[in-house]
Amino acid sequence: MQPHTLSIREAHELLTTKQISSVELTTAVLDHIHKTDPLINAFVTIADELALEQARLADQRLRQSEDITPLTGIPFAVKDCISTRGLRTTCSSKILENYIPPYNATVIDRLSTAGAVLIGKQNMDEFGMGSSCENSAFFDTHNPWDLERVPGGSSGGSAAAVAANMGLFALGEDTGGSIRMPAGFCNVTGLKTTYGRVSRYGLIALVSSFDSIGPMARSAYDCAAVLQSIAGQDLKDATSLPDPIPDYLKMLDKPVKGLRLGIPKEYFQAGMEAGVESSIREAIQKFEELGMEIREVSLPHTTYGLPVYYLVLFAEASANLARFDGTRFGLSVAEGAENVIDQYLQTRREGFGPEVKRRIMLGAYVLSAGYYDAYYLKAQKVRTLLRQDFEAAFEQCDALVAPTCPTTAFKLGEKTDDPLTMYLSDIYVVATNPAGVPSLCVPCGFSNNMPVGMQLIGKHLSEDVLLQIGHAYQSATDWHLKRPAVSK
Amino acid sequence: MTTYEPVIGLEIHAELQTKSKMFCGCSAAYSEAPAANTLICPVCTALPGAMPVVNQKAVEQAILVGLALNCTINPMNQFARKNYFYPDLPKGYQISQYDLPVASNGWLNILAGTDPQRIRVRRAHLEEDTAKLFHHDRHTLVDYNRAGVPLLEIVSEPDMHTVEAALDYATRIRAILRYLGVNSGDMEKGVLRFEANVSVRPTGSSELLTRTEIKNLNSFRALTRATAFEIQRQTQIYQSGAEVVQETLGWNDLKEMTISQRSKEEAHDYRYFPEPDLPPLEINRAWVEQIKSELPELPEMREQRLIMQFGLTVNEARLLTSDKALADYYEKTVSLSKSPVKTISNWITGEFLRYVNDMGLDLEHLPFPPEHLAQLVDLVTAKAINDNTAKEVLAGMFKTGQSPETIVKANNLGQISDQDALELVVAQVLNDNPKEVASYLAGKQTVFQWMMGQVARLTRGKADPQVARKLLLQALEKARISK
Repeated sequence: MQPHTLSIREAHELLTTKQISSVELTTAVLDHIHKTDPLINAFVTIADELALEQARLADQRLRQSEDITPLTGIPFAVKDCISTRGLRTTCSSKILENYIPPYNATVIDRLSTAGAVLIGKQNMDEFGMGSSCENSAFFDTHNPWDLERVPGGSSGGSAAAVAANMGLFALGEDTGGSIRMPAGFCNVTGLKTTYGRVSRYGLIALVSSFDSIGPMARSAYDCAAVLQSIAGQDLKDATSLPDPIPDYLKMLDKPVKGLRLGIPKEYFQAGMEAGVESSIREAIQKFEELGMEIREVSLPHTTYGLPVYYLVLFAEASANLARFDGTRFGLSVAEGAENVIDQYLQTRREGFGPEVKRRIMLGAYVLSAGYYDAYYLKAQKVRTLLRQDFEAAFEQCDALVAPTCPTTAFKLGEKTDDPLTMYLSDIYVVATNPAGVPSLCVPCGFSNNMPVGMQLIGKHLSEDVLLQIGHAYQSATDWHLKRPAVSK
Repeated sequence: MTTYEPVIGLEIHAELQTKSKMFCGCSAAYSEAPAANTLICPVCTALPGAMPVVNQKAVEQAILVGLALNCTINPMNQFARKNYFYPDLPKGYQISQYDLPVASNGWLNILAGTDPQRIRVRRAHLEEDTAKLFHHDRHTLVDYNRAGVPLLEIVSEPDMHTVEAALDYATRIRAILRYLGVNSGDMEKGVLRFEANVSVRPTGSSELLTRTEIKNLNSFRALTRATAFEIQRQTQIYQSGAEVVQETLGWNDLKEMTISQRSKEEAHDYRYFPEPDLPPLEINRAWVEQIKSELPELPEMREQRLIMQFGLTVNEARLLTSDKALADYYEKTVSLSKSPVKTISNWITGEFLRYVNDMGLDLEHLPFPPEHLAQLVDLVTAKAINDNTAKEVLAGMFKTGQSPETIVKANNLGQISDQDALELVVAQVLNDNPKEVASYLAGKQTVFQWMMGQVARLTRGKADPQVARKLLLQALEKARISK
């Protein structure tokens, strides 16, 4: 048995029957990371000591058979935009390269309460701005299936790590596909939760009205186990939802027969890689075999998804990034500064990468007097139309199915000179975030030896339904079990 | 030469007296902080990932003020980000309210000189205070204890046309805030700050000409001086044929002049947009009604009532109601005293307030209770002491906090109106001064005053003058007959 290859479900079984300890499991995962990550570069920080300390505490709980959750003793890592007390949190930006938060994000507190074992922080596009992880200020993360290709982004480090068995699950963060797109590129199951389902407190904001934290794991089952621990209202996040939390694991085995699955015709247009489309079509056939009703639906404003997404992103991000001024934390370049404005300019000039600067400038522009109505306000109005598209579609079906990306993972460096082409790789995943709806990425095949992901999109707070469909599909297929060679 | 009339609008920033800050649980009592940067957390220092949560008490206080200023309370509130860079603003934006404030379209009655006037209140919105900066030669230190303290900004329409009207408006707003218990009104601590928008126009015209905005007015004195200066400056500019430039000005207290800070071209574009971290805040009718039922009696109403109830003059009533604690003290004294209301009013508006002001006392923490003042006035009314003695006793009360009776007894200050005692004194005066008695009886009337003086000397001023006079006259008559 290679402990690092276990799923959460398998590891939980072994931990609770005392066939393995959390320390053994955690040590195995850390050893595998130290061996494999030099090829992948998924981790910004590996927290060996902290991890083993938590593993010992988890073992105590397991020994006393007290207060055990499905995550007790399970090693995991998080995207480096989620604050961890005492552990460097960088957003893969030079401006936070040495920032150590004095507090935990609520999700970290919740996972800690559940007994999960935090082993490190994962690489990402700087502040979540990117679709390939190449905008990290530190290094590129490589796709474990082909080291010359990108893992996707912005949660690229998390997707690559889970695919390469470096941690049993990860917490990613999805602003406009940042969980699903890399999950699809790396053959990982990833859930973008409903906006407000999971507390954002402690998540370093990219777009406050889009950001959603969610699990990335080996299966829908494992995602359900993680979601169970992190979902729910948080009084520190005024946008978190008070709705009750379903028993996600219990809901998994409900039959999917009779559920209506919609195929949004706008998501199947020219330009999609042939192998991607055929994989999705095969998956749809599988759903039909499982007794689901398939029907075509329309999301007529889909073409506006990308511009709406980016306009709101620029605006909110420009404000969210204003606090990085070198005064209270992080990089501060005061040398030679004549006044405080110099200090701000120097700090931000050296601290932010080119994509971040581009988006801050665009954000200040779209919010400025005389342009606000034409850009930001217009985008918010079209956002309502996007939401209504989904609402109308969900009157006819229980979930939608679509590709996560028109292509499989592209080569490192292939799109870095052309931000617009890079933006287009998110065309299928961005619309869900302005609408706030949940979406689950499920591996569904390979095209030219690279993984293909499909996404199931549901109505508000229907994570249970998405996980149920994902679980049914994964019970009937084994795409999600495929692992790249480096994962051994 | 054309004469000009001023057009003045005021923005008043009032810190709200909540226990915790506007968007986090840190204590808002920054003036009592043990040291710099001790009342802080990830939220009010804007650490990455920290998120705001609205302080419900602050919203309630804002509604209370809105109601007191006759505003409409908006059922849907929205917070917004006001973006600008400054080291006292940790997030790089201030959470404020923009197009959907708590309260709008209200009014306040004032006196412009002696004329009553209604000033329109455009809006009152919630926002957060900034950190404090301490500038040194080569560096600046930041104290975040104040960062995030709730602020209510009350914006008037440009309805005031004299400095006096602006001062009266500001004074009344301060009184209302204190009546509502939402602001201490302590200008020295900076809990209340003014900004004045000033323009002038040819007298009689109704147009609005270019205005300037004077920031950082931290006292009533600064408000009146700065406004007066700016009115004169603008008037002179027009009279010389030039044009006023739209700009933001600062007030220099030492040089007593306004100084340009930013021109229109350099004006900030705050790039307001709705705060995505805070969902729209609904204020339902029931909540407003609940708060309305808690509204205390406000200065204007109380002024009217005191005039009706006690027959006070307008000026007395205004003075006594200008401060809630003073009005409370006054009414309590009246209710405890047997003396005429007029006497009590005279004592409080006169001698009592003189001590309070001279000693710089806080009306809420006086050294003695209304019971003692009532006692003092009653002693005067009962002629147990005379006015001069009473003033001495009052001084003692302010100094020691002792009751008037204690002070009178301890210092043997009681007025002697006892007939037998005074008869003895009068007899002694006549005995000791046979020459003067003879001279009086011979018709020299002026000697009488001298003999009254002797009575006062022997009683050390405590003789009831009316009784003493009567007894002295009687004794002299007796002497005339027996002569």
